Amino acid sequence: MTQQTILNATHRALGAKMVDFGGWDMPLNYGSQIEEHHVVRRDAGMFDVSHMTVVDLHGARTREFLRHLLANSVDKLKVSGKALYSCMLNEQGGVIDDLIVYFLGDDFFRVVVNASTRDKDLAWIEQQAKSFEVKVSERADLSMIAVQGPNARAKVLGLLTAETRAKVEKIGKFVAVEGDGLFIARTGYTGEDGFEIIVPEAQAVALWNRLKEMGVAPAGLGARDTLRLEAGMNLYGQDMEESVTPWEANLGWTVALDEGRDFIGRDVLEKQKAAGGHALMVGLVMDEKGVLRHGQRVVTPNGDGEILSGSFSPTLGKAVAFARVPAGTSGTLRVDIRGKLVPVRVVKYPFVRDGKAIDGI
Amino acid sequence: MQEIPGDLKFLKSHEWARVEDKGTVTVGISEHAQGLLGDLVYVELPSVGDTVKAGHAVAVVESVKAASDVYAPVSGEIVAVNEALPDKPETINEDAYGDGWIFVIKPDNLAEEQEELLDPDAYAELIESEDH
Repeated sequence: MTQQTILNATHRALGAKMVDFGGWDMPLNYGSQIEEHHVVRRDAGMFDVSHMTVVDLHGARTREFLRHLLANSVDKLKVSGKALYSCMLNEQGGVIDDLIVYFLGDDFFRVVVNASTRDKDLAWIEQQAKSFEVKVSERADLSMIAVQGPNARAKVLGLLTAETRAKVEKIGKFVAVEGDGLFIARTGYTGEDGFEIIVPEAQAVALWNRLKEMGVAPAGLGARDTLRLEAGMNLYGQDMEESVTPWEANLGWTVALDEGRDFIGRDVLEKQKAAGGHALMVGLVMDEKGVLRHGQRVVTPNGDGEILSGSFSPTLGKAVAFARVPAGTSGTLRVDIRGKLVPVRVVKYPFVRDGKAIDGI
Repeated sequence: MQEIPGDLKFLKSHEWARVEDKGTVTVGISEHAQGLLGDLVYVELPSVGDTVKAGHAVAVVESVKAASDVYAPVSGEIVAVNEALPDKPETINEDAYGDGWIFVIKPDNLAEEQEELLDPDAYAELIESEDH
């Protein structure tokens, strides 16, 4: 049974082309995915991301629990509202999911996990939480709208009461505050500034409509995918999965090997790091015409690799991708596109940040 | 939905074919097909002079979302390709039955092969049934 967010009828009334995404009936675009992409890079767009799973964790030992559960260290979270991106690993060091965790109080943290991994995530979190006496509550009563783009903050601020606006104006990146019944986080999945707003389901449609009146353009999951790829952000299920460690998904920056913290999967990660020679995830740019796509074969001097996330980049006007390749791969590689070997360049990513192509892309 | 021009014939795989007065066959993809693909970003054209067989892939159109082969509705020789498309693939989104044409075939066996193609009503019925 396909699930619907509270905004489903709103999307349909706006003429959205709907698709199944991880069991949810979601808008792919409202006409042109490329136009929606550009609106987010140049002005402000909004995404219904209510399919994502919000989970609240309560209990005196919640921080201790998260120190064990997550590969990144919640000890970095010292001020209420501060957020952290992390992987949640299995005993083999493979990625069960990636998530954002918010520190809201000594006995209260909130995590937001992916929609497509909801069931296994909840089962894993609940199983691990038992011995820490942490209460795990899924917040299906909450919706989420991401407002992204260079003008996104100003447009959201314009909707808030003076009191809330004063608080929200001040927050830095990766920080959340509450006000006007909203949970407003300065986070996103596009490489642009903006907010992800968690809102009670009953108020989500009204918030969406008010944002639209402020000139925020509805944008679908299609644009969200090209925006996050340009911004160099991984997609669970495409760039990493349970058989892939953070080292192999270029997520080493999210792993904290801090002294004395025994997180799940740590021993395997340490061994793999010491041994070296594991596969890498790299960024690719194709200067020739065509489109890089998931599953295409990458030919390297060290053996074959594979395209993970790949797409046409609307900002750059050419194809970009992530690829998993053998250790030591760099320089110019070739990708098998319908039997033709097309040259691609290995580049450092993000490909695009704050509306502009990064030098050398 | 946009009205389907009455002088077109179709393949089930959503190519359209128009028999021109001089006997050549102009080929593109349907309005319905461009809508399914979404924003087109790349078109791979055949070469003028290529010999093509009915039902075989001769071009590729790629949207942000997917790549799709374009099949020849009839056999023959490619006598023209739409050189404007590689730089402006979105032309197909904007005008699938007009400026978004992809290639022209000089047919070998038109009389027989065009019997296999769908008329606009049959094509409209096909996409209706796919939608439901």
